[in-house]
Amino acid sequence: MINVEHLYKSFGKNEVLKDISIDIKQGEVVSVIGPSGSGKSTFLRCINLLETPTEGKISVAGVDLTDKKTNVTKAREKIGMVFQHFHLFPHLTVLENLTYAPLKVKRISKAEAEEKALALLERVGLSDKQDAYPSSLSGGQKQRVAIARALAMEPDLMLFDEPTSALDPEMVKEVLDVMKDLAESGMTMLVVTHEMGFAREVADRVIFLDQGLLIEEGEPHAFFNNPKSERAKDFLDKIL
Amino acid sequence: MNLDWSQIVPYIPFMLEGIWVTLQFVIVSIVIGFIIGTVLALFKIGSIKPLRLFADFYTSMFRGTPLILQLMIIYLAVPQLTGYDISAFLSAILAFGLNSSAYVSEIIRAGISAVDKGQTEAAMALGVPYRQMMIDIILPQALKNILPALMNEFITLTKESAIVSTIGYLDLMRRGQVVGANLYRNFEPLLFVGLIYWGLVMVLSLLGKWVEGRLSKGD
Repeated sequence: MINVEHLYKSFGKNEVLKDISIDIKQGEVVSVIGPSGSGKSTFLRCINLLETPTEGKISVAGVDLTDKKTNVTKAREKIGMVFQHFHLFPHLTVLENLTYAPLKVKRISKAEAEEKALALLERVGLSDKQDAYPSSLSGGQKQRVAIARALAMEPDLMLFDEPTSALDPEMVKEVLDVMKDLAESGMTMLVVTHEMGFAREVADRVIFLDQGLLIEEGEPHAFFNNPKSERAKDFLDKIL
Repeated sequence: MNLDWSQIVPYIPFMLEGIWVTLQFVIVSIVIGFIIGTVLALFKIGSIKPLRLFADFYTSMFRGTPLILQLMIIYLAVPQLTGYDISAFLSAILAFGLNSSAYVSEIIRAGISAVDKGQTEAAMALGVPYRQMMIDIILPQALKNILPALMNEFITLTKESAIVSTIGYLDLMRRGQVVGANLYRNFEPLLFVGLIYWGLVMVLSLLGKWVEGRLSKGD
């Protein structure tokens, strides 16, 4: 599903990602963890080209995104993304947030878009909020709407950029539950997170980044109980 | 005190007519200024360098010279250079529209920059094309931010419009002067048109507050 080869990314002289290569299969749930400044968010943002790689090749669902001839805007339709700070459209209602892209980008009918949006709102437990504006929602509700908005485009995979980091502690669970449900439904997911519980229980694989390098990857159980590298050990000692 | 308001009574309809004359070209100028200003703002934030440079140069020129000079150049220089006898009305809407667009473009540019960058990213991540994103997501939010500044610009334009009296256009200001010259009494007619200008600006301010209230429904 995702194929990354020798990805490098620099901001000016600052090399943020160094030679990252990874393959992610369809239906796989992969957690990206690492200390702050390790480049994990930048890595995620390269997958849908919100950041342009300095070097390397990224393919998603067989489409080479780094090829200059590729229509990146078109390719992004199939890659859902959820941000740390939600980024809902504040001037649109919850329902309009969900139907906007399907209507304007996929150009499906209004009735169909609304039907799908309402089904998604039910799935994330927010059926009663369809006419509310984002400003009236709690953080957890906003993030669930943001997930539903991304799903409304029926993506092949979902990227999550620290989806629970901006939430109050008591709202983390409701968002993680939605993500768990999504993982169980077979969605391919790449999740940058500080929620080690999620990484341990839900992810099929954990990758550990530090200072722009892919230090270690593996099955979560093995990684958390018995990390191979010193740096991963240090990191886990500090946070667990 | 040597005030005699009864003297201007016969001239009141003549002066009131000036409201419509003034409003007519102010409204057209605002529309022209807003449209060109939006385009210039998009040039300024866009990635095409020649357009960016053009927009910056345009703004510096229209902000860097007196409005009355711009009006004179259009009204007097156009006939001299091209032989086309430009009307006072056309000169006025050109001068005010082009001048206002320079200010409006700066207001809109600032408003667009103030919209959270995450909005752009969220729209991009959904596969929304740039043009559509600007029209549906960014500009509506920018408009809300800039409404007070934009209203201020419209108010300034309404008041500055009195400058067209210098090219003989029979606007509100000019009519006040004409009445003054006829009566050999200037204070009363000038005060009268002054009150009308003030009233117009009040209506504009209230209109702005009303629109602002409607746009903030999402907050």
